[in-house]
Amino acid sequence: MSNTSLRGWGRTAPTTARVTTPRTVDEVAAAVTSAGPRGVIARGLGRSYGDPAQNAGGTVLDMTGMAAIHSVDADSGRVVVDAGVSLDTLMRRALPFGLWLPVLPGTRQVTIGGAIGADIHGKAHHVVGSFGNHVRALTLVTADGTTHELTPDGDGSELFWATVGGMGLTGVVVRAELALHHVETAYFTVDTEQIDNLADLMERQTQDDELYAETVSWFDAVTTGPHFGRGILMRANHATLAELPPKLRANPLKFDAPQLLTVPDIFPPGLLNSFTAKIFSEAWYRKSPTKFGAIQNITQFLHPLDVIGEWNRGYGPRGFLQYQFVVPLDRGDVIRTVLERMTAAGQVSALNVLKRFGEGNRAPLSFPKPGWTLCVDIPVGPGLNALCNELDAIVLDAGGRHYLAKESRTTPEAIRRGYPRLDEWRKVRDAADPQGVFASDMSRRLELSS
Amino acid sequence: MIDAVGNPQSVLLLGGTSEIGLAVVEAFASDRPLRVVLAARPSSRLDEAQARLEKLGCAVEQLPFDALALDTHAATIGKAFTGGDIDVAVVAFGLLGDNEQAWTDVDTAVELAQVNYTAAVSVGVALGEKLKAQGHGSLVAFSSVAGERARRSNFVYGSTKAGMDAFYSGLTEALRPSGVHVTVVRPGFVHTKMTEGLKPAPLSTTPDAVAAIVVDAVRSRKELVWAPAPYRIVMSVLRHVPRAIFRRLPI
Repeated sequence: MSNTSLRGWGRTAPTTARVTTPRTVDEVAAAVTSAGPRGVIARGLGRSYGDPAQNAGGTVLDMTGMAAIHSVDADSGRVVVDAGVSLDTLMRRALPFGLWLPVLPGTRQVTIGGAIGADIHGKAHHVVGSFGNHVRALTLVTADGTTHELTPDGDGSELFWATVGGMGLTGVVVRAELALHHVETAYFTVDTEQIDNLADLMERQTQDDELYAETVSWFDAVTTGPHFGRGILMRANHATLAELPPKLRANPLKFDAPQLLTVPDIFPPGLLNSFTAKIFSEAWYRKSPTKFGAIQNITQFLHPLDVIGEWNRGYGPRGFLQYQFVVPLDRGDVIRTVLERMTAAGQVSALNVLKRFGEGNRAPLSFPKPGWTLCVDIPVGPGLNALCNELDAIVLDAGGRHYLAKESRTTPEAIRRGYPRLDEWRKVRDAADPQGVFASDMSRRLELSS
Repeated sequence: MIDAVGNPQSVLLLGGTSEIGLAVVEAFASDRPLRVVLAARPSSRLDEAQARLEKLGCAVEQLPFDALALDTHAATIGKAFTGGDIDVAVVAFGLLGDNEQAWTDVDTAVELAQVNYTAAVSVGVALGEKLKAQGHGSLVAFSSVAGERARRSNFVYGSTKAGMDAFYSGLTEALRPSGVHVTVVRPGFVHTKMTEGLKPAPLSTTPDAVAAIVVDAVRSRKELVWAPAPYRIVMSVLRHVPRAIFRRLPI
């Protein structure tokens, strides 16, 4: 156990905790029951942007020490895994059996425990929902050190759904059973469309969404004028064996995910400015001309950023924040308003991702609900606070909410407004953890636990 | 908690009527309303300070605090933390005193030393213990450029600030491994009630300007700042001026 300074992926707001790496369920239980007054929280690979996996003055459980894959059933698609297994590891193990993780976020460097705690989503949300929809059972160590087998519909289903999206505050997930999908190949047939303004981009994304398993658009938030919000709509289906070119057919389930380089920690602040963002946006837009039926591997289509390790260092020592929200489908106008406010405030975002969500699930704190979700990256600097406060008001007034896995600076009130079922969640959480043993910087900052 | 863009949610001000201290609280509050604990002896000025901060949307609590009552400090600091974490603690109390009286009258000299040095150390120990347990937080200590090199016109005050400056500079290192960040602030001449009627020194500044420097220091986790910033150079030169020349300087 050692005192360690921890940050999220956004590299902001460090705090210090005692980090311990349990190897067994018993060690997790021991760490939970012996937690001091500042409590305990589980941490995976630290890909949340803000502070949900930090616990100032308390204990943080590094769950990557529990990373066994217990079983893979090729016929049923069921896998049983420890919470510390990463999506990357699981995919590498499951793909040879023709099994595919239905929910993949923008990176595979996420643990199963983290995926459940944040109820993560991916480009397939409009078809398959979020991560919690595919968990068939989970094992939770609660505050008293006891272990609970929870299922989505059986006894304890309330605690199951409070744990899905519950940001680790109901207990420590130590094991989960997941239902994977069957695929013939590890490739996608991708339709790419270059669309030269935001209105058309959103209109186009509204049509035929259900014909594709995965859809997302990236757009340029730097170019103004008639081409404001020009972007690239990328939609894809899993390629069948017959669709692959002969060259790839020999090894159709090959996991093609190289990491080419790791960014060194040497970048000064301010490297991303309106000039570099313009160059980046232009290049990104130009590199993807309209093209239908292209065969792409997982990295090309789903995880272009995974090619570069530690890419967050490129934002320099002050870090950055990712602002992600969802607004109802009939409030698509908010997307434009938010972008205009950002441009007016002189804030530069190079990575802008827009997606239409499908139905949400039963979890009270799950982020996705039917609507438009927008995600932007902004380096920390002057004026950002005022801009974000302004955006909060616009988003909440439209009936929207923030994504807790990305959140790092809003107010408790904003979360209360965005998540009307917060009190329902708290009741279940408090019953499982009456003393408030589970706590994180985020739970204190946003007053999540009562 | 201090969030990703550097907004604290709570501030403890020791020296709850200090103009510079209140300017710091107001500067934070103008970005986001916060919970404020004003620690000072009860007075109408303290009530006014509370009202002013409440107008900015802050939730303000008064905490009776007497710098000279050393044996009460631990309990007082303990009380300040009962309402939840303290994200930023500001040590802003102090006396300027009259230098001629202070070096000739023992009671005046001892009182200056007690308030500016002993009491500052005493609350520093108590704050250090609390913040260490908390695993996060910023501690801001107001030193002075007067502590960098004693001047004939201001050396009693200067000596007390030299002592507290050294203590908090050391505390910066001691608390670092616990995730607690300490900023030592060395203001020059600031136009406040404390300096009213005194002849302003060159590079004189205002509480708001000092507050802006402090807020930036907390947000970017700087450990030592001068206000205004050029004092860093000025004092660096003055520290090395030979004594024979230094005593002739009109400062």
